[in-house]
Amino acid sequence: MTDALALDPAVVAVILAMAVVTYGTKSVGHWVVGQVDLSDRVEAGIDVLPGAVVVAFVAPALANGGVAEWLAAAVTVVVARKTGNLLASLAVGVGVVLAVRPVL
Amino acid sequence: MAEAEPSADGSDPTADGPGATGDSHREPLTFTLAGFREGFVAGTPVALGVAGYGVVFGVVAAGAGLSVAEAALMSATVLAGAAQLVAVELWADPIPVVAVVTTTAVVNLRYVLMGAALRPWFEDLTAGQAYASLFFFADENWALTVAALREGSTRGAFLMGSGVVLWLLWVAATVAGATAGDLVGDPAQYGLDFVVTALFLTLAAGFWEGRESLRPWLAAAAVALVLDALAPGQWYIMGGALAGAAVEVLTYDD
Repeated sequence: MTDALALDPAVVAVILAMAVVTYGTKSVGHWVVGQVDLSDRVEAGIDVLPGAVVVAFVAPALANGGVAEWLAAAVTVVVARKTGNLLASLAVGVGVVLAVRPVL
Repeated sequence: MAEAEPSADGSDPTADGPGATGDSHREPLTFTLAGFREGFVAGTPVALGVAGYGVVFGVVAAGAGLSVAEAALMSATVLAGAAQLVAVELWADPIPVVAVVTTTAVVNLRYVLMGAALRPWFEDLTAGQAYASLFFFADENWALTVAALREGSTRGAFLMGSGVVLWLLWVAATVAGATAGDLVGDPAQYGLDFVVTALFLTLAAGFWEGRESLRPWLAAAAVALVLDALAPGQWYIMGGALAGAAVEVLTYDD
């Protein structure tokens, strides 16, 4: 086992390179969009990006899941729409997954 | 379940200003301690779920030969769960530097689009406020922030507040996992693997704008499913999101 506090310079260098690359991805899109004058058409595309990211994220996760995940997903959406409360929909969603998985 | 009163978390829409939806005539953002605090509180339940994965990351990183300090340094400076997990999976001696750094960039490509989506609101902040906030963004608090801003929140520091609580728990959980090793087991046994899906579903329920959303969302879902089946890694998020935006750009009428 390595010493818990050991910091190998080569490892630190790779980690910092990862950090720079990651911050680059977090900031470059934000920067580019601010540099150019966008048409209303392109702005409409940027406006739908959050929803499109969310859907692109979730669709394969659900497709790769099973009945427990689908049931929990449906209940999560219903609770989210009825209450608008994040904590409630997270708790119910995770609760349904936990309850249904052992049964199916 | 029953314990959830609508006021129990920061997603309460009544807590914020007029219900503008990110269009031209909205209230400008402010960058205040109150906004930071609101983000911190709203981000806490989600950060607790993410911390389950921080523990797993710590365990995997220690298994790959990183020290506790190195694993913590990675969590503190990179702050991107999926990319970190993939990177330590690739770890070897000597470290495959090019593969690790390139994979990090590819896994994080979705952040390019997510950062771009924040621009219409962050226009109101100073460059320092905006670019410092961007360091602290990850999938979960980006989504919470966009949801709050769309409801008309003027809390410009929300992203940073929700990001800081995420960062604190992510680093602490990494240390716990790297120190304690394999004692914790699979987060799926606590249903934690479903937290992110449930979070994004909740947001989708809020983002839905009726028929207007149908076309871009169908395009995003279809392309994401195809790419997930055909391409390795996480290209499906980037590809699906771009397809949704492209459909909107192509079908937009003035």
